Amino acid sequence: MLYREVGQYRTNYRADMAIFPIRQDRIGLAIILAIAFLVVPLVGGSFFLDVVAIPFLIYALAAIGLNLLTGYTGLLSLGTGGFMGIGAYTCYKLTTWFPDVDIIVWILTGGFAAAAVGALFGVPSLRIKGFYLLVATLAAQFFLQWAFERVPWLYNNNVSGTIEVPTRTLLGLPITGATATPVTRYEVALCIVVVLTWLASNLVHGRIGRSWMAVRDMDIAAELIGISLLPTKLLSFAVSSYICGVAGAMLVFLWYGSAEPSVFSIDLSFTILFMVIIGGLGSLLGCFLGAALIHVLPILLRGVPPALGLDIGSSTVEHLNLMIVGALIILFLVAEPFGLARLWQTGKQKLRVWPFPY
Amino acid sequence: MHLLYLILIDPFAQMGAAPDLLAQTLWEGLVSGVLYALIALGFVLIYKASGVFNFAQGIMVVFSALTLVGLYAAGVPALLALAITVGVMFVLAVAVERLVLRPLVNRPDIILFMATFGLTYFLIGFGELVFGGDTKQMITAQLYLPAGAIDLHILGGIVTLQKLDIAAAIIASLMVAALAFVFQYTRIGRALRAVADSHRAALSVGISLNQIWVIVWFAAGIVALATGIMWGARSEVSFALEVVALKALPVLILGGFTSIPGAIVGGLIIGLSEKLFELYWGPLVGGGTEAWFAYVVALIVLFFRPHGLFGEVIIERI
Repeated sequence: MLYREVGQYRTNYRADMAIFPIRQDRIGLAIILAIAFLVVPLVGGSFFLDVVAIPFLIYALAAIGLNLLTGYTGLLSLGTGGFMGIGAYTCYKLTTWFPDVDIIVWILTGGFAAAAVGALFGVPSLRIKGFYLLVATLAAQFFLQWAFERVPWLYNNNVSGTIEVPTRTLLGLPITGATATPVTRYEVALCIVVVLTWLASNLVHGRIGRSWMAVRDMDIAAELIGISLLPTKLLSFAVSSYICGVAGAMLVFLWYGSAEPSVFSIDLSFTILFMVIIGGLGSLLGCFLGAALIHVLPILLRGVPPALGLDIGSSTVEHLNLMIVGALIILFLVAEPFGLARLWQTGKQKLRVWPFPY
Repeated sequence: MHLLYLILIDPFAQMGAAPDLLAQTLWEGLVSGVLYALIALGFVLIYKASGVFNFAQGIMVVFSALTLVGLYAAGVPALLALAITVGVMFVLAVAVERLVLRPLVNRPDIILFMATFGLTYFLIGFGELVFGGDTKQMITAQLYLPAGAIDLHILGGIVTLQKLDIAAAIIASLMVAALAFVFQYTRIGRALRAVADSHRAALSVGISLNQIWVIVWFAAGIVALATGIMWGARSEVSFALEVVALKALPVLILGGFTSIPGAIVGGLIIGLSEKLFELYWGPLVGGGTEAWFAYVVALIVLFFRPHGLFGEVIIERI
C-alpha cells in the first residue's frame, strides 16, 4: 500500500531519467543512509562494527569495482585480489614517504596505481574473450601476489614481510592504526563507499556506462556503431581497478591494521567474484546485497550451533560452513540466476501492483 | 650490460657446463607437465561435452585421492578402496548432473561456471569433514606402484629418474590413448563428439544429453583419480594441491579449451618451461617464479593466438 507511485507525475525528461524516479525509493534511501551514518555506530558495538559492518562496506566497494568490469563491460576477471593489493601497498608506501598528508588522500590515491596496473593487464582483453580472459587475468593475480612477497621495497624491508598500518590522524582524531576506534574507522569507510558508489552510479548511467554496456552486449555491434573498443575496455579496467584498489587500501588501513601478502590471494578474488554473481551482474545494489550475503552468512552460520546448544568443534563448524555455503551458492544460482538484485526488482514490481498480479 | 649477460648468455653457459642438471630439470619438467596435462584433460572432457568450464576439476583430484587414502586408513583393502573410490566418483557424476547441470541447463556460461565454484566449496567442506583436514600419505606400495629410483650415468653426471615418475608418465600416456580410442572408435565416443559439436543436433538424433553428461563427468572423475594418485604419491594428499590444480588453467588456454592434444602439448610446454625458467632465470628476480610463469607464458601465447594453440576458432557474427 505504501509503495505506490500514484500521483507522482514526471513532467520533464530529467525527472523521467532520474535514478530514483519514485518518491518512496528516495525516502527509503535517505532513511538507509541516516541509519548507516547515525544509528549503526551508536547501536552496534565495536564487535559488530569490526566484524560485520566495516568488512561489509569494503567488500561491497570491491564488488562494485569488479561489477563495473564484469557486470557492465562483460569482461571476466580474477585479478581483483591483486589489484586490491596494489592499492594497499601504494597507500602504504605513500604514507611512509609523506606521513603528514592526510591518510584519506593516500587511500584514494592508492587506487590510481591500481588503475594503471589494471589497465596494463587489461590490454589483452581486446583480443581475448570469456574464459580465456579469465585465465589471463589470473596472470595478474599470481604475478602481483608474488611481487608482494618477493619485493622487499614494497613492505619497507621489514623482517616480517607484512605491512603495519601506522597511526594517522584527521583533525586530531586517529583514523587508522591501533588507537583508532571502530566508530571512526566505520564512518570514514562509509563516507568513501558512499562517495564512490555515487560516482560509479553516475558513471554507469552516463555515456561511458552506456558504451560499456554496448560492449558487453555485443562488442562487434558496439564497434560498428562507433564505440572504439580499446579505450572503452581499458577505461573499464582502469576504473574497476581504481575502485578495487581503494577497497584494498581500506581493507588494510581501516579493517585489518596489518596485512601479509596472502591477504590478497586468489581466494579474495573468488570471494569478490562470488559477491558480484550472487548479488547480480550489472547492478550496483546487487554488490551490496551480495557482499551482505557472502560475508554475513558464514558469520551467522558460525553462531548457529552455540545458539542451539550443540557442542561441535570449531573445525567441524568451518567444514559444515563451507558445505552449506557451497550448496547455497548452487541453490541460489538455480533459483535466481540473475542474482539478488533481480529478486529485489521482482519483489518491488509485485509491491507496486499489489494486490493485482500485474 | 651485465644484466643482459645474466639474462641472455649466462643461463645457456650454465646449461652447457652442467648438461646432467639440464637433463634432470627437463625430466622433472616433463613429469610435472604430464600431470598438468592430466588435470587439463579433465577440464577439456567436460568443456567439450557440456560447455561447462568446470572449476571443480582441481578439487575432484584432491577429493578422489582423499577418498582413496581415507578408505584405506579406515581398514578397507587398497584395491577394494580403489574400486569404491571409482564408485564414489560415479555417484558424484550422477549427483552433479541431477542437482547442478540439469536445473541450470541453458543458463549463461558464467552461471554454470559459478555453480562449479559452489561445488568446489561443497567438496572441500565435505572432504575435510569426512576425512579430516590433515595431510596424508598416498598409498603407493599397496597399489603396486614402484618405489625407488634409477640413476643414469650420462652426460658426465648422474640423472635420477624416480620409478614413480616413470610409472606416472606411462599411466598418463595409456590413459590418453584409451580416451582417444574411446572418442574415436566407440559408440559412446561418437555420441560425445556429436554433443561437443552441437547440443541441439545431438538431441535431435536421439542422443541423451543427460546420459552423456554423466559419462563425461565420470570420465573426468576417473582422470581426476589417476591424477590424484600420481600427484599424491609425489607429494602428499591435502587441499593444498588445489593451488597446483589451478596450474591446469594456463595449460588449458595454451592448448585451447576444446582440444585434447592441446591439453597434452600445453601441459608439456608449461611443465618444461617453468622448471627451466625457475632454475636458470628465477634467481635473477628472487625465485619463486613457478607461481606465475605459466600464466605469463599463456598470456603471451594468447596475444598471438586468442584461442590457444589448438583451440577452435570462434567466428562471431552480428
